[in-house]
Amino acid sequence: MNGLREKIKISVRDLHFYYGDHHALKGNTLDIAENRVTAFIGPSGCGKSTHIRTYNRMFELYRGHRATGEVLLDGVNILEPSVDAIELRMKVGMVFQRPTPFPMKIYDNVAYGLKLKGINNRGELNGRVERALKQAALWDEVRDQLDKSAMALSGGQQQRLCIARAVAMEPEVILMDEPCSALDPVATIKIEELIDELKVNYTIVIVTHNMQQAARVSDYTGFFYMGELIEFDETNVIFTRPTERRTEDYITGRFG
Amino acid sequence: MNTQHTSHQFDQELSQLKEKLLYMGGLAEEMIRDSIRALRERNSDLAGEVIDRDLSCNRLEVEIDELAIQILALRQPAARDLRFLTTALKISTDIERIGDEAVNIAERTLELNREPQLKPYIDIPRMAEMAQGMLKEALDAFVHHDTRLAYTVCEGDDAIDDLNRQILRELLTYMIEDPGSITRATKIIFVSKYLERIADHATNIAEMVVYMVEGKIIRHTDAT
Repeated sequence: MNGLREKIKISVRDLHFYYGDHHALKGNTLDIAENRVTAFIGPSGCGKSTHIRTYNRMFELYRGHRATGEVLLDGVNILEPSVDAIELRMKVGMVFQRPTPFPMKIYDNVAYGLKLKGINNRGELNGRVERALKQAALWDEVRDQLDKSAMALSGGQQQRLCIARAVAMEPEVILMDEPCSALDPVATIKIEELIDELKVNYTIVIVTHNMQQAARVSDYTGFFYMGELIEFDETNVIFTRPTERRTEDYITGRFG
Repeated sequence: MNTQHTSHQFDQELSQLKEKLLYMGGLAEEMIRDSIRALRERNSDLAGEVIDRDLSCNRLEVEIDELAIQILALRQPAARDLRFLTTALKISTDIERIGDEAVNIAERTLELNREPQLKPYIDIPRMAEMAQGMLKEALDAFVHHDTRLAYTVCEGDDAIDDLNRQILRELLTYMIEDPGSITRATKIIFVSKYLERIADHATNIAEMVVYMVEGKIIRHTDAT
Protein backbone atom coordinates (compact mmCIF):
# COMPACT_ATOMS: atom_id res chain seq x y z
CA MET A 1 0.00 0.00 0.00
CA ASN A 2 2.52 2.51 -1.23
CA GLY A 3 0.98 5.82 -0.40
CA LEU A 4 -1.06 4.58 2.58
CA ARG A 5 -3.99 6.41 1.05
CA GLU A 6 -6.11 3.29 1.47
CA LYS A 7 -8.12 2.42 4.52
CA ILE A 8 -6.83 -0.88 5.86
CA LYS A 9 -9.39 -3.63 6.48
CA ILE A 10 -7.11 -6.52 7.35
CA SER A 11 -3.60 -6.21 8.67
CA VAL A 12 -1.52 -9.38 8.62
CA ARG A 13 1.58 -9.39 10.80
CA ASP A 14 4.23 -12.12 10.82
CA LEU A 15 1.74 -14.85 10.02
CA HIS A 16 3.09 -18.40 10.25
CA PHE A 17 1.10 -21.53 9.53
CA TYR A 18 1.78 -25.18 10.28
CA TYR A 19 0.13 -28.30 8.89
CA GLY A 20 1.40 -30.50 11.72
CA ASP A 21 5.17 -30.40 11.20
CA HIS A 22 4.97 -28.72 7.80
CA HIS A 23 5.76 -25.01 8.01
CA ALA A 24 3.46 -23.71 5.26
CA LEU A 25 3.50 -19.94 5.81
CA LYS A 26 6.70 -18.22 6.85
CA GLY A 27 6.09 -14.84 8.36
CA ASN A 28 3.66 -13.12 5.96
CA THR A 29 3.10 -9.43 6.58
CA LEU A 30 0.75 -7.33 4.45
CA ASP A 31 -2.27 -5.02 4.48
CA ILE A 32 -5.59 -5.60 2.73
CA ALA A 33 -7.26 -2.36 1.63
CA GLU A 34 -10.94 -1.82 2.31
CA ASN A 35 -13.30 -1.90 -0.70
CA ARG A 36 -10.51 -3.07 -2.93
CA VAL A 37 -9.79 -6.36 -4.65
CA THR A 38 -6.58 -8.02 -3.57
CA ALA A 39 -5.35 -11.01 -5.55
CA PHE A 40 -2.85 -13.65 -4.50
CA ILE A 41 -0.92 -15.51 -7.15
CA GLY A 42 1.81 -18.13 -7.05
CA PRO A 43 2.49 -21.73 -8.07
CA SER A 44 0.56 -24.63 -6.51
CA GLY A 45 1.54 -25.22 -2.91
CA CYS A 46 2.97 -21.73 -2.44
CA GLY A 47 0.62 -21.00 0.48
CA LYS A 48 -1.80 -18.53 -1.08
CA SER A 49 -4.92 -20.57 -0.20
CA THR A 50 -3.52 -21.44 3.21
CA HIS A 51 -2.98 -17.72 3.74
CA ILE A 52 -6.54 -16.59 2.99
CA ARG A 53 -8.00 -19.51 4.95
CA THR A 54 -6.57 -17.94 8.09
CA TYR A 55 -8.73 -14.86 7.55
CA ASN A 56 -11.86 -16.76 8.63
CA ARG A 57 -10.09 -19.53 10.54
CA MET A 58 -11.26 -22.20 8.13
CA PHE A 59 -8.19 -24.20 9.12
CA GLU A 60 -9.63 -24.87 12.57
CA LEU A 61 -11.89 -27.49 11.04
CA TYR A 62 -8.83 -29.75 10.74
CA ARG A 63 -6.67 -31.19 13.49
CA GLY A 64 -3.03 -30.22 13.79
CA HIS A 65 -3.42 -27.02 11.78
CA ARG A 66 -2.05 -24.04 13.60
CA ALA A 67 -1.46 -20.36 12.90
CA THR A 68 0.74 -17.88 14.77
CA GLY A 69 1.17 -14.16 14.33
CA GLU A 70 -1.63 -11.66 13.87
CA VAL A 71 -4.53 -11.26 11.47
CA LEU A 72 -6.08 -7.97 12.50
CA LEU A 73 -9.60 -7.41 11.17
CA ASP A 74 -10.37 -3.77 11.92
CA GLY A 75 -7.65 -3.94 14.53
CA VAL A 76 -8.86 -7.11 16.29
CA ASN A 77 -6.65 -10.19 16.08
CA ILE A 78 -9.08 -12.80 14.83
CA LEU A 79 -6.63 -15.62 15.59
CA GLU A 80 -7.33 -15.10 19.30
CA PRO A 81 -9.54 -17.89 20.71
CA SER A 82 -11.73 -15.22 22.29
CA VAL A 83 -12.99 -14.28 18.82
CA ASP A 84 -16.00 -16.46 17.98
CA ALA A 85 -15.33 -18.39 14.76
CA ILE A 86 -18.98 -18.46 13.70
CA GLU A 87 -19.37 -14.71 14.09
CA LEU A 88 -16.06 -14.24 12.29
CA ARG A 89 -17.26 -16.29 9.33
CA MET A 90 -20.39 -14.15 9.11
CA LYS A 91 -18.11 -11.15 8.67
CA VAL A 92 -15.67 -12.94 6.40
CA GLY A 93 -17.53 -14.98 3.80
CA MET A 94 -15.98 -17.45 1.42
CA VAL A 95 -16.52 -18.76 -2.11
CA PHE A 96 -14.73 -21.91 -3.18
CA GLN A 97 -13.14 -23.32 -6.30
CA ARG A 98 -16.00 -25.66 -7.23
CA PRO A 99 -19.51 -24.30 -6.83
CA THR A 100 -20.91 -25.76 -3.60
CA PRO A 101 -24.68 -25.26 -3.77
CA PHE A 102 -26.72 -27.05 -1.11
CA PRO A 103 -28.99 -29.78 -2.57
CA MET A 104 -32.09 -27.69 -2.01
CA LYS A 105 -34.13 -24.97 -3.71
CA ILE A 106 -32.43 -21.89 -5.08
CA TYR A 107 -34.33 -19.75 -2.60
CA ASP A 108 -33.36 -21.90 0.37
CA ASN A 109 -29.69 -21.86 -0.61
CA VAL A 110 -29.65 -18.13 -0.01
CA ALA A 111 -32.10 -18.07 2.90
CA TYR A 112 -30.38 -20.88 4.81
CA GLY A 113 -27.72 -18.80 6.50
CA LEU A 114 -30.19 -16.01 7.22
CA LYS A 115 -32.50 -18.45 8.99
CA LEU A 116 -29.56 -19.75 11.04
CA LYS A 117 -28.91 -16.16 11.96
CA GLY A 118 -32.46 -16.07 13.34
CA ILE A 119 -34.20 -14.19 10.57
CA ASN A 120 -37.58 -15.89 10.11
CA ASN A 121 -39.81 -13.05 8.98
CA ARG A 122 -41.03 -14.07 5.52
CA GLY A 123 -41.04 -10.53 4.14
CA GLU A 124 -37.54 -9.76 5.34
CA LEU A 125 -36.25 -13.10 4.09
CA ASN A 126 -37.76 -12.51 0.64
CA GLY A 127 -36.24 -9.06 0.46
CA ARG A 128 -32.77 -10.19 1.48
CA VAL A 129 -32.80 -13.20 -0.84
CA GLU A 130 -33.78 -10.97 -3.74
CA ARG A 131 -31.15 -8.38 -2.90
CA ALA A 132 -28.43 -11.00 -2.58
CA LEU A 133 -29.38 -12.61 -5.89
CA LYS A 134 -29.37 -9.18 -7.52
CA GLN A 135 -25.96 -8.37 -6.08
CA ALA A 136 -24.68 -11.67 -7.44
CA ALA A 137 -26.12 -10.77 -10.87
CA LEU A 138 -28.26 -13.91 -10.85
CA TRP A 139 -31.73 -12.51 -10.08
CA ASP A 140 -32.86 -11.96 -13.65
CA GLU A 141 -31.99 -15.53 -14.56
CA VAL A 142 -33.67 -17.28 -11.60
CA ARG A 143 -36.49 -14.97 -10.40
CA ASP A 144 -39.15 -17.23 -11.91
CA GLN A 145 -37.64 -20.47 -10.69
CA LEU A 146 -36.69 -19.86 -7.09
CA ASP A 147 -38.36 -23.16 -6.16
CA LYS A 148 -36.21 -25.16 -8.54
CA SER A 149 -33.29 -27.18 -7.28
CA ALA A 150 -30.00 -25.31 -7.25
CA MET A 151 -28.41 -28.42 -8.69
CA ALA A 152 -30.20 -27.77 -11.99
CA LEU A 153 -28.31 -24.51 -12.55
CA SER A 154 -25.26 -24.29 -14.79
CA GLY A 155 -21.81 -24.19 -13.22
CA GLY A 156 -21.51 -20.43 -13.66
CA GLN A 157 -24.97 -19.86 -12.18
CA GLN A 158 -24.17 -22.16 -9.28
CA GLN A 159 -21.04 -20.15 -8.54
CA ARG A 160 -23.00 -16.90 -8.60
CA LEU A 161 -25.54 -18.57 -6.30
CA CYS A 162 -22.69 -19.30 -3.89
CA ILE A 163 -21.68 -15.65 -4.10
CA ALA A 164 -25.30 -14.68 -3.41
CA ARG A 165 -25.27 -17.00 -0.40
CA ALA A 166 -22.11 -15.31 0.84
CA VAL A 167 -23.34 -11.73 0.33
CA ALA A 168 -26.77 -12.52 1.86
CA MET A 169 -25.02 -12.61 5.23
CA GLU A 170 -23.83 -9.07 4.58
CA PRO A 171 -20.20 -9.86 5.31
CA GLU A 172 -17.47 -7.25 5.30
CA VAL A 173 -14.90 -9.36 3.52
CA ILE A 174 -15.39 -11.98 0.81
CA LEU A 175 -12.66 -14.54 0.24
CA MET A 176 -12.63 -16.27 -3.12
CA ASP A 177 -10.46 -19.31 -3.63
CA GLU A 178 -10.09 -19.91 -7.38
CA PRO A 179 -13.72 -18.92 -8.00
CA CYS A 180 -13.54 -19.33 -11.78
CA SER A 181 -11.28 -22.31 -12.30
CA ALA A 182 -14.24 -24.63 -12.95
CA LEU A 183 -16.08 -22.17 -15.20
CA ASP A 184 -16.12 -21.48 -18.93
CA PRO A 185 -14.82 -18.12 -20.27
CA VAL A 186 -18.23 -16.44 -20.45
CA ALA A 187 -19.18 -17.47 -16.92
CA THR A 188 -15.71 -16.33 -15.84
CA ILE A 189 -16.25 -12.86 -17.30
CA LYS A 190 -19.59 -12.61 -15.49
CA ILE A 191 -17.94 -13.43 -12.17
CA GLU A 192 -15.16 -10.93 -12.88
CA GLU A 193 -17.73 -8.24 -13.67
CA LEU A 194 -19.46 -9.13 -10.45
CA ILE A 195 -16.25 -8.84 -8.43
CA ASP A 196 -15.84 -5.33 -9.76
CA GLU A 197 -19.38 -4.42 -8.67
CA LEU A 198 -19.11 -6.11 -5.30
CA LYS A 199 -16.03 -4.18 -4.25
CA VAL A 200 -18.17 -1.10 -3.74
CA ASN A 201 -19.66 -2.81 -0.68
CA TYR A 202 -17.12 -5.44 0.25
CA THR A 203 -13.44 -6.02 0.63
CA ILE A 204 -12.48 -8.87 -1.67
CA VAL A 205 -9.52 -11.20 -1.50
CA ILE A 206 -9.12 -13.64 -4.36
CA VAL A 207 -6.71 -16.50 -4.97
CA THR A 208 -6.20 -17.37 -8.61
CA HIS A 209 -3.96 -19.43 -10.85
CA ASN A 210 -5.02 -17.32 -13.78
CA MET A 211 -2.59 -14.42 -13.79
CA GLN A 212 -4.54 -12.52 -16.42
CA GLN A 213 -7.54 -12.75 -14.13
CA ALA A 214 -5.52 -11.30 -11.26
CA ALA A 215 -4.40 -8.54 -13.62
CA ARG A 216 -7.98 -7.86 -14.74
CA VAL A 217 -9.87 -7.86 -11.45
CA SER A 218 -7.53 -6.76 -8.71
CA ASP A 219 -6.21 -3.49 -7.37
CA TYR A 220 -3.39 -5.13 -5.42
CA THR A 221 -1.50 -8.32 -6.11
CA GLY A 222 0.66 -10.44 -3.83
CA PHE A 223 3.02 -13.11 -5.14
CA PHE A 224 3.62 -16.11 -2.87
CA TYR A 225 6.39 -18.63 -3.22
CA MET A 226 7.13 -21.48 -0.83
CA GLY A 227 5.13 -19.94 1.98
CA GLU A 228 6.68 -16.52 1.66
CA LEU A 229 5.11 -13.34 0.39
CA ILE A 230 7.74 -12.40 -2.19
CA GLU A 231 6.22 -9.16 -3.41
CA PHE A 232 3.08 -7.15 -2.77
CA ASP A 233 2.18 -4.03 -4.72
CA GLU A 234 -0.37 -2.34 -6.90
CA THR A 235 -1.48 -4.79 -9.59
CA ASN A 236 -0.42 -2.42 -12.33
CA VAL A 237 3.12 -2.32 -10.92
CA ILE A 238 3.34 -6.10 -10.44
CA PHE A 239 2.42 -6.76 -14.06
CA THR A 240 4.52 -4.07 -15.72
CA ARG A 241 7.59 -3.60 -13.53
CA PRO A 242 7.81 -5.93 -10.55
CA THR A 243 10.75 -5.39 -8.23
CA GLU A 244 11.57 -8.99 -7.40
CA ARG A 245 13.21 -11.29 -9.89
CA ARG A 246 11.12 -14.28 -8.74
CA THR A 247 7.88 -12.35 -9.30
CA GLU A 248 9.02 -11.37 -12.77
CA ASP A 249 10.06 -14.92 -13.64
CA TYR A 250 6.72 -16.26 -12.48
CA ILE A 251 4.45 -13.80 -14.27
CA THR A 252 6.46 -14.00 -17.48
CA GLY A 253 6.33 -17.80 -17.46
CA ARG A 254 9.99 -18.45 -16.72
CA PHE A 255 9.53 -20.45 -13.53
CA GLY A 256 11.03 -23.79 -12.60
CA MET B 1 16.96 -12.24 -21.26
CA ASN B 2 19.13 -14.78 -19.56
CA THR B 3 16.41 -17.03 -18.16
CA GLN B 4 14.47 -19.15 -20.58
CA HIS B 5 10.72 -19.28 -20.81
CA THR B 6 9.00 -22.52 -19.97
CA SER B 7 7.64 -22.17 -23.50
CA HIS B 8 10.55 -22.42 -25.93
CA GLN B 9 8.41 -21.21 -28.78
CA PHE B 10 7.80 -17.95 -26.93
CA ASP B 11 11.57 -17.54 -26.50
CA GLN B 12 12.08 -18.15 -30.18
CA GLU B 13 9.48 -15.57 -31.15
CA LEU B 14 11.09 -12.97 -28.91
CA SER B 15 14.58 -13.57 -30.29
CA GLN B 16 13.22 -13.52 -33.82
CA LEU B 17 11.74 -10.10 -33.10
CA LYS B 18 15.01 -8.86 -31.63
CA GLU B 19 17.00 -10.10 -34.64
CA LYS B 20 14.67 -8.36 -37.06
CA LEU B 21 15.01 -5.10 -35.13
CA LEU B 22 18.80 -5.32 -35.14
CA TYR B 23 18.84 -6.14 -38.83
CA MET B 24 16.60 -3.15 -39.52
CA GLY B 25 18.79 -0.94 -37.32
CA GLY B 26 21.88 -2.05 -39.24
CA LEU B 27 20.16 -1.25 -42.49
CA ALA B 28 19.30 2.25 -41.28
CA GLU B 29 22.91 2.81 -40.15
CA GLU B 30 24.13 1.88 -43.63
CA MET B 31 21.56 4.17 -45.21
CA ILE B 32 22.84 7.14 -43.16
CA ARG B 33 26.47 6.31 -43.96
CA ASP B 34 25.89 5.84 -47.69
CA SER B 35 23.66 8.88 -48.11
CA ILE B 36 26.41 11.09 -46.65
CA ARG B 37 29.08 9.31 -48.70
CA ALA B 38 26.96 9.95 -51.80
CA LEU B 39 26.81 13.61 -50.84
CA ARG B 40 30.54 13.93 -50.14
CA GLU B 41 31.66 11.99 -53.20
CA ARG B 42 28.93 13.43 -55.42
CA ASN B 43 27.91 9.86 -56.21
CA SER B 44 24.35 9.90 -57.57
CA ASP B 45 24.26 6.13 -58.14
CA LEU B 46 24.89 5.52 -54.46
CA ALA B 47 22.21 8.07 -53.56
CA GLY B 48 19.78 6.14 -55.76
CA GLU B 49 20.69 2.89 -53.98
CA VAL B 50 19.91 4.45 -50.60
CA ILE B 51 16.50 5.49 -51.89
CA ASP B 52 15.84 1.93 -53.11
CA ARG B 53 16.87 0.41 -49.78
CA ASP B 54 14.04 2.25 -48.05
CA LEU B 55 11.63 -0.40 -49.34
CA SER B 56 13.33 -3.08 -47.24
CA CYS B 57 13.32 -0.78 -44.25
CA ASN B 58 9.59 -0.16 -44.60
CA ARG B 59 8.86 -3.85 -45.09
CA LEU B 60 10.83 -4.72 -41.97
CA GLU B 61 8.85 -2.21 -39.93
CA VAL B 62 5.61 -3.90 -40.96
CA GLU B 63 7.01 -7.37 -40.25
CA ILE B 64 8.22 -6.30 -36.82
CA ASP B 65 4.89 -4.73 -35.94
CA GLU B 66 2.95 -7.77 -37.10
CA LEU B 67 5.16 -10.13 -35.12
CA ALA B 68 4.95 -7.96 -32.00
CA ILE B 69 1.15 -7.70 -32.27
CA GLN B 70 0.90 -11.44 -32.78
CA ILE B 71 2.97 -12.10 -29.65
CA LEU B 72 0.91 -9.60 -27.66
CA ALA B 73 -2.33 -11.29 -28.74
CA LEU B 74 -1.25 -14.90 -28.33
CA ARG B 75 1.10 -14.79 -25.34
CA GLN B 76 -0.33 -11.98 -23.20
CA PRO B 77 3.15 -11.03 -22.04
CA ALA B 78 3.79 -9.28 -18.74
CA ALA B 79 6.54 -7.31 -17.04
CA ARG B 80 9.89 -7.40 -18.87
CA ASP B 81 8.41 -9.24 -21.87
CA LEU B 82 5.66 -6.64 -22.13
CA ARG B 83 8.18 -3.82 -21.88
CA PHE B 84 10.36 -5.46 -24.53
CA LEU B 85 7.40 -5.75 -26.92
CA THR B 86 6.17 -2.19 -26.47
CA THR B 87 9.76 -1.04 -26.91
CA ALA B 88 10.06 -3.07 -30.12
CA LEU B 89 6.88 -1.47 -31.48
CA LYS B 90 8.15 2.04 -30.78
CA ILE B 91 11.74 1.47 -31.85
CA SER B 92 10.65 0.07 -35.21
CA THR B 93 8.87 3.36 -35.93
CA ASP B 94 11.94 5.40 -35.03
CA ILE B 95 14.23 3.26 -37.18
CA GLU B 96 11.83 3.52 -40.08
CA ARG B 97 11.83 7.32 -39.74
CA ILE B 98 15.63 7.28 -39.69
CA GLY B 99 15.49 5.42 -43.00
CA ASP B 100 13.16 8.12 -44.34
CA GLU B 101 15.61 10.84 -43.27
CA ALA B 102 18.44 9.02 -45.05
CA VAL B 103 16.25 8.98 -48.16
CA ASN B 104 15.71 12.72 -47.76
CA ILE B 105 19.46 13.23 -47.60
CA ALA B 106 19.88 11.10 -50.74
CA GLU B 107 17.23 13.12 -52.58
CA ARG B 108 18.88 16.44 -51.66
CA THR B 109 22.19 14.88 -52.76
CA LEU B 110 20.77 14.07 -56.20
CA GLU B 111 19.64 17.70 -56.53
CA LEU B 112 22.94 19.13 -55.24
CA ASN B 113 24.93 16.89 -57.60
CA ARG B 114 23.32 18.61 -60.58
CA GLU B 115 25.05 21.85 -59.64
CA PRO B 116 28.67 22.78 -58.81
CA GLN B 117 29.64 22.11 -55.21
CA LEU B 118 29.08 25.15 -52.99
CA LYS B 119 31.72 24.35 -50.39
CA PRO B 120 33.69 21.41 -49.03
CA TYR B 121 31.66 19.38 -46.58
CA ILE B 122 33.35 19.29 -43.17
CA ASP B 123 30.76 19.63 -40.43
CA ILE B 124 28.04 17.62 -42.22
CA PRO B 125 30.09 14.38 -42.33
CA ARG B 126 31.10 14.94 -38.70
CA MET B 127 27.49 15.40 -37.73
CA ALA B 128 26.50 12.33 -39.74
CA GLU B 129 29.14 10.26 -37.99
CA MET B 130 27.84 11.39 -34.61
CA ALA B 131 24.22 10.67 -35.51
CA GLN B 132 25.13 7.27 -36.89
CA GLY B 133 27.20 6.57 -33.77
CA MET B 134 24.22 7.50 -31.58
CA LEU B 135 22.01 5.06 -33.47
CA LYS B 136 24.62 2.32 -33.15
CA GLU B 137 25.04 2.94 -29.42
CA ALA B 138 21.28 3.07 -28.87
CA LEU B 139 20.97 -0.32 -30.57
CA ASP B 140 23.92 -1.69 -28.56
CA ALA B 141 22.22 -0.46 -25.40
CA PHE B 142 19.08 -2.27 -26.56
CA VAL B 143 20.93 -5.55 -27.13
CA HIS B 144 22.89 -5.47 -23.89
CA HIS B 145 20.19 -3.87 -21.70
CA ASP B 146 22.78 -1.20 -21.00
CA THR B 147 21.05 1.86 -19.52
CA ARG B 148 24.34 3.67 -18.89
CA LEU B 149 25.06 3.61 -22.60
CA ALA B 150 21.47 4.66 -23.31
CA TYR B 151 21.87 7.73 -21.10
CA THR B 152 25.12 8.58 -22.92
CA VAL B 153 23.20 8.54 -26.20
CA CYS B 154 20.61 10.95 -24.79
CA GLU B 155 23.38 13.31 -23.69
CA GLY B 156 24.93 13.25 -27.17
CA ASP B 157 21.88 14.94 -28.62
CA ASP B 158 22.98 18.40 -27.41
CA ALA B 159 26.25 18.27 -29.39
CA ILE B 160 24.29 17.49 -32.54
CA ASP B 161 21.95 20.40 -31.92
CA ASP B 162 24.98 22.70 -31.53
CA LEU B 163 26.47 21.49 -34.82
CA ASN B 164 23.13 22.00 -36.55
CA ARG B 165 23.03 25.64 -35.38
CA GLN B 166 26.65 26.18 -36.38
CA ILE B 167 26.01 24.86 -39.89
CA LEU B 168 22.96 27.08 -40.21
CA ARG B 169 24.99 30.19 -39.20
CA GLU B 170 27.78 29.35 -41.60
CA LEU B 171 25.45 28.85 -44.55
CA LEU B 172 23.56 32.05 -43.73
CA THR B 173 26.76 34.01 -44.34
CA TYR B 174 27.16 32.24 -47.71
CA MET B 175 23.62 33.20 -48.69
CA ILE B 176 24.06 36.83 -47.58
CA GLU B 177 27.27 37.19 -49.54
CA ASP B 178 25.98 35.45 -52.66
CA PRO B 179 22.24 35.13 -53.26
CA GLY B 180 23.09 32.72 -56.09
CA SER B 181 24.05 30.17 -53.42
CA ILE B 182 20.65 30.22 -51.73
CA THR B 183 19.17 27.13 -53.43
CA ARG B 184 22.20 24.98 -52.69
CA ALA B 185 22.74 26.39 -49.20
CA THR B 186 19.11 25.73 -48.28
CA LYS B 187 19.49 22.11 -49.36
CA ILE B 188 22.56 21.69 -47.18
CA ILE B 189 20.67 23.25 -44.28
CA PHE B 190 17.97 20.64 -44.90
CA VAL B 191 20.56 17.86 -44.77
CA SER B 192 21.80 19.20 -41.46
CA LYS B 193 18.22 19.24 -40.18
CA TYR B 194 17.68 15.63 -41.34
CA LEU B 195 20.76 14.56 -39.40
CA GLU B 196 19.53 16.43 -36.36
CA ARG B 197 16.24 14.49 -36.61
CA ILE B 198 18.10 11.20 -36.94
CA ALA B 199 19.83 12.00 -33.66
CA ASP B 200 16.41 12.72 -32.12
CA HIS B 201 15.15 9.30 -33.21
CA ALA B 202 18.29 7.66 -31.81
CA THR B 203 17.58 9.48 -28.55
CA ASN B 204 14.01 8.17 -28.58
CA ILE B 205 15.36 4.64 -28.98
CA ALA B 206 17.77 5.15 -26.09
CA GLU B 207 14.94 6.47 -23.92
CA MET B 208 12.87 3.38 -24.73
CA VAL B 209 15.81 1.18 -23.73
CA VAL B 210 15.77 2.80 -20.29
CA TYR B 211 12.04 2.04 -20.11
CA MET B 212 12.57 -1.53 -21.26
CA VAL B 213 15.25 -2.20 -18.64
CA GLU B 214 14.05 -0.15 -15.68
CA GLY B 215 10.34 0.29 -16.34
CA LYS B 216 10.88 4.04 -16.01
CA ILE B 217 9.62 6.53 -18.59
CA ILE B 218 12.23 9.27 -18.99
CA ARG B 219 10.75 10.94 -22.06
CA HIS B 220 9.73 14.57 -21.59
CA THR B 221 11.46 14.73 -18.22
CA ASP B 222 14.75 16.19 -17.11
CA ALA B 223 16.12 12.73 -16.36
CA THR B 224 18.21 12.82 -19.51
